[in-house]
Amino acid sequence: MRPFTYERAVDADAAVASGVAHAGNGGVRYLGGGTNLVDLMRLGVERPAHLIDVSRLGHDRIEPTDDGGLHIGAAVTNSELAADGLVRRDHPLLAEALLNGASGQLRNLATVGGNLLQRTRCSYFQEATKPCNKRTPGTGCPAREGEHRNLAILGHSPSCVATHPSDMAVALTAIGARVHVRGHEGERVIPMPGLHRLPEREPECDTVLEPTELITAVTLPAPGPGLRARYRKVRERSSFAFALVSVAALLTVEDGIVRDCRIALGGVAHAPWRAERGEGELRGAPATPEAFARAADAELAQAEPLRDNGYKVALARNLIVATLSELGA
Amino acid sequence: MSDPAQLSEITLRVNGEDRRLTIDTRSSLLDVLREQLDLPGSKKGCDHGQCGACTVLLDGRRVNSCLVLAVARDGSEVTTIEGLGDGEQLHPVQRAFVEQEFQCGYCTPGQICSAVGMLSELAAGWPSAATPDLGATPELSEPEISERLSGNICRCGAYPGIVAAVKQAAG
Repeated sequence: MRPFTYERAVDADAAVASGVAHAGNGGVRYLGGGTNLVDLMRLGVERPAHLIDVSRLGHDRIEPTDDGGLHIGAAVTNSELAADGLVRRDHPLLAEALLNGASGQLRNLATVGGNLLQRTRCSYFQEATKPCNKRTPGTGCPAREGEHRNLAILGHSPSCVATHPSDMAVALTAIGARVHVRGHEGERVIPMPGLHRLPEREPECDTVLEPTELITAVTLPAPGPGLRARYRKVRERSSFAFALVSVAALLTVEDGIVRDCRIALGGVAHAPWRAERGEGELRGAPATPEAFARAADAELAQAEPLRDNGYKVALARNLIVATLSELGA
Repeated sequence: MSDPAQLSEITLRVNGEDRRLTIDTRSSLLDVLREQLDLPGSKKGCDHGQCGACTVLLDGRRVNSCLVLAVARDGSEVTTIEGLGDGEQLHPVQRAFVEQEFQCGYCTPGQICSAVGMLSELAAGWPSAATPDLGATPELSEPEISERLSGNICRCGAYPGIVAAVKQAAG
């Protein structure tokens, strides 16, 4: 691992000021739980010269907001968030997504901010001796013709076919969470979807954040009345594995008609994938398996599977239909 | 020798004893325990957080010590497999593992620390992906044990004995 200096920041402004001050000196990273960053440093994929510990800035609380939503500090651990009574009552699909990710030990370390910013598990990205446009721009993408069984079917580009690995981010995308960010010019709020980006010609940028911007919190809206929600994940073993495909779905049905729906897919793209075409197809339609299938087909018509991951299109279709059917029953 | 800028002074309370240490900023908690504190019970399996052999209790919570930078945990309390019993008596989870089948033993310290952490999570009412109703208080069952210990790999495949040991320890 490349040598680095370490500091513990006392508040968000100090962290960002230090981030800006160190930005030119060989790289700086904010350290949360470290479960992904430390691993990538050991692999030589991340090589920061300076680490700023942001785990003790006081961003460790989950509090109700005045409008019936939740304010979640960026340093709250994944396990605390999944166990929280208000999260389990108002946003059970967020708890489901968290509990279906990683292991008990990792969830005890991993933070909300770090979970959003975790990097792809594409094997070429994680292997520092291989070319990878995301890790070293301009070196090419061996995954496109190589091992891509687990990679993207939607929104990929000639330069990158990686997927975003987070379960939590898929649930937050369906819920319509807002990400609060501190930069050297002040605060801004980024709605989800909108934090993560598609690869286009700059796959080295996973998100719209500037390198020294710091996530301080995530806020959730109040749950809508009559809304049912679910997170389902398909993986190669029943626990402690990344998603092949996952779906977060929220559905409001009145008199057999879909009044509202929000659907996000995981494991299929460089960002959590909000299924807006499918949602458009479904609003006002009868809550039947046939209508759910039409919605899934409308969304997946834009899929561009690679040589070895066409199975994900069928998997995503079936998972959307099964999840919506369960919610609409 | 490391550049002095990359050395750090920290204090950890390890198995009930304050230990003052000078560490390289790159040192994992696992390497500090094994190499500097002569506590080799926590094992290095994958060194990537995937196998669970390095599991210890950090401020009461089970974690992969291979992914924890020691420099970031100044002032923390650590319990390793060496500190679970009282010096005379084994911890009930240790005793159950001895009485039930296990095999080569390499993953066992991590399995035991993970099981101790997991049982306190369950006692606190934390749900898991195997919990049928997120609104209810979870109860210990075989699917719950398997799910909650999925972060600990046993290459011998001695999982039935591990599940039985956890059931026995939980009473």
